[in-house]
Amino acid sequence: MKFFKTKLAVALLAAGLSFNAAAADITVAYDADPVSLDPHEQLSGGTMQMSHMLFDPLVRFTKEFDFEARLAEKWQRVDDTTFRFNLRKGVKFHSGNTMTADDVVWTFNRLKVSGDFKGVFAPYEKMIKVDDYTVEIKSTKPYPLVLQTATYIFPMDSKFYSGEIDGKDKAAIVKHGGSFASTNVSGTGPFIVTSREQGVKVVFERFDDYWDTTSPGNVDKLTLVPIKENATRVAALLSGDIDLIHPVAPNDQKRVKQTKNIELTTVAGTRIITLQMNQNSNPALKDVRVRQAIVHAINNKGIVKKIMKGFATAAGQQGPKGYAGYDETLVPRYDLKKAKQLMKEAGYEKGFKLSMMTPNNRYVNDAQIAQAVSSMLSKIGIKVDLKTLPKAQYWPEFDLCAADMMMIGWHSDTEDSANFSEFLTMTRNEETGKGAYNCGHYSNSVVDNLVNSANAETDPAKRAAMLQQVEQTLYKDAAFVPLHWQNLAWGAKSNLDVAPIVNALNQPYFGDLVVK
Amino acid sequence: MFTFLIQRLFQALIVMFVISLVAFAIQDNLGDPLRELVGQSVSEVERQALRDELGLNDPYLTKYSRFISNAVQGDLGTSYFFKKPAAEVILNKLQATLELVFGATLIIIFVAIPLGVFSAIHPKSVRTKIIMALSSLGISVPVFLTAILLMYLFSIELNWLPSYGRGETVNLLGWETGFLTKSGLLHLILPCISLASIMLPLFIRLVRSEMLEALSSEYVKFAKAKGLAMNKIYYQHALKNTMLPVITVGGVQIGTMVAYTILTETVFQWPGTGFLFLEAINRVDTPLITTYVIFVGLIFVVTNTIVDLLYGFINPTVNITGKGA
Repeated sequence: MKFFKTKLAVALLAAGLSFNAAAADITVAYDADPVSLDPHEQLSGGTMQMSHMLFDPLVRFTKEFDFEARLAEKWQRVDDTTFRFNLRKGVKFHSGNTMTADDVVWTFNRLKVSGDFKGVFAPYEKMIKVDDYTVEIKSTKPYPLVLQTATYIFPMDSKFYSGEIDGKDKAAIVKHGGSFASTNVSGTGPFIVTSREQGVKVVFERFDDYWDTTSPGNVDKLTLVPIKENATRVAALLSGDIDLIHPVAPNDQKRVKQTKNIELTTVAGTRIITLQMNQNSNPALKDVRVRQAIVHAINNKGIVKKIMKGFATAAGQQGPKGYAGYDETLVPRYDLKKAKQLMKEAGYEKGFKLSMMTPNNRYVNDAQIAQAVSSMLSKIGIKVDLKTLPKAQYWPEFDLCAADMMMIGWHSDTEDSANFSEFLTMTRNEETGKGAYNCGHYSNSVVDNLVNSANAETDPAKRAAMLQQVEQTLYKDAAFVPLHWQNLAWGAKSNLDVAPIVNALNQPYFGDLVVK
Repeated sequence: MFTFLIQRLFQALIVMFVISLVAFAIQDNLGDPLRELVGQSVSEVERQALRDELGLNDPYLTKYSRFISNAVQGDLGTSYFFKKPAAEVILNKLQATLELVFGATLIIIFVAIPLGVFSAIHPKSVRTKIIMALSSLGISVPVFLTAILLMYLFSIELNWLPSYGRGETVNLLGWETGFLTKSGLLHLILPCISLASIMLPLFIRLVRSEMLEALSSEYVKFAKAKGLAMNKIYYQHALKNTMLPVITVGGVQIGTMVAYTILTETVFQWPGTGFLFLEAINRVDTPLITTYVIFVGLIFVVTNTIVDLLYGFINPTVNITGKGA
């Protein structure tokens, strides 16, 4: 009898392996868990990652920043201000309702009132239903980034979220305190939530009626646990308690790589880390030669190699490769001799003092980078008074632009070059909200005009040329100090096929994950 | 006895009031909670509107009086992250912390007392010297290092024990316990040892010195002279008197251990109050931080009161009311 059982087990195992579609049950550890089940409550990496599990967007980015049809099957530009999406038919929500144009329009309208998302949808006037499976999105002016913003439209089940519960609107977006949508969910995504204990774990199970039957994904149950400590997260992977972890700290990557049966997957990221040079608080920084000297004195390739352990790409501009404005001639400029020369020309041969502030728990190795930069600047006579702060205390200081040099990292919400300039390098303008994070107070009407025209140019080639000109101008003016783009890393057991589902956006498509 | 309790209650109220004042005063220096609530591209105007809505722009006294008037009605505020009343969140997480402290206490009792007694009875033995050396080492190694070393050895290298979390828990009359499942017990081992490691040396030394003192006292000498069996002298007479200060100090220490689980819980991702507190600070979840500080203050006050009462029971010559001798 025992023999028979063993035989049976072997047979079943073999069958499972040969079909390669055995249902898998995996545990994933991130550094945080989603703050809410409401996809419109907070625009953050965590929310987007969750949205791709519980919902599906109209279109989504591929690894190469192309667009892949999801709930929209086809799309076309009708005229300069109108864009049409043909929706997929027969798509079921978790509640059993069928998705139609009404749900898409309803979701769009909810995005327009969400505090966090309305910025992304500001260029649009409205979305209209043409028929049950066709919608048109209308922008107030010609707008080139319709498909980029469509990656943010994850249709929600309008019937499920309509009505009242305990006298409150089910669709209400509530930042503080509970709401129906923050704890209940009905999307079209590959997974449903079967249990959730905030800060401890979320259990996702495969949605039986998922529309994408061609998806190779075979994960039936996925448990997401937040593990905050880098060392503990890696230990959990190495000890076999966890199947996949993210992020993997630079210091741990070698260890993960060398461990048998565990793979490290890395992707070049799109978040730029920069230092801004405040021209208002320190007159020396008004001089372009001084700014150039600073950029030339900072060996960002060395920082990437030594501090980031190769886990980043040294940058010479805002947007990474693959973005419209990327110009491959704009490379890092470390040159100490030239830096000293420039300081001399500017009349600061003896150097000067400046203050610097950076966070110490926001970006990877942020405080170490800041220390390295201050010692590099000391070589051209600039004495840096450095202060590093926890992020909670850093942001209020940043709002005040409280130091001569401040660190900021930026990820473009639209995966597009213009977004960097809109927030970081355009002239500060309270009314339009442009340059809201420009603590360098760099202001150049050429840049402002180019970005504004690029945002109204629907011809991709013309637009790219404008954005490249923006990058060139910023480079020439040394508007800011580009440091690097952080890489992304996942550590996983080798039976998980991680590479195909991860991307530079840090939004893994877990629905398509294959576990061998 | 009754007057003592009334006095204590009155003192406790003053202490709690001062703590709440301090806890509330530090709030504004912890950072901006809005940053954790909204995305990076949200405009300053939007953020100001939300700040107004949450009442963060009110002057300190307005905020404090609003807090106190709600607090006396049992409402200590709503956590920004958990979106539930802060007190409820803490009570919920307390179960995990109490289990951790309970496990560590068991280790302390079953290790510290035998070792302490042994080293007192055989002060010149080599084993005693080893125990003392190890306990000096134990007291000087920080707990997070102990925890990481344990994890490295037992989880990664030997693969015997799990590295994070609580494992499976069973709901026992509304209490989620890990003591009843194999997975739960395995998950308890490393965190409990780490937590116990800070207190263990202290207790071994305490038991030892108290026992030594008892052994050199008149009644022990008299018992020896009388010819009583040594074991009876050690374990029946001397040990009993040793336990008195051990219980007093121990009670306070174990009570306060609830407040010292932060490092252990952080390393092992233990879903208790210590971990919660550290996370709350990172997220600037001010209502939760304030509530936790008040809650820890309460634990100190309550444990001290209980210990004073116990002391009175164990040693009737102690007069807790402080009136006449």
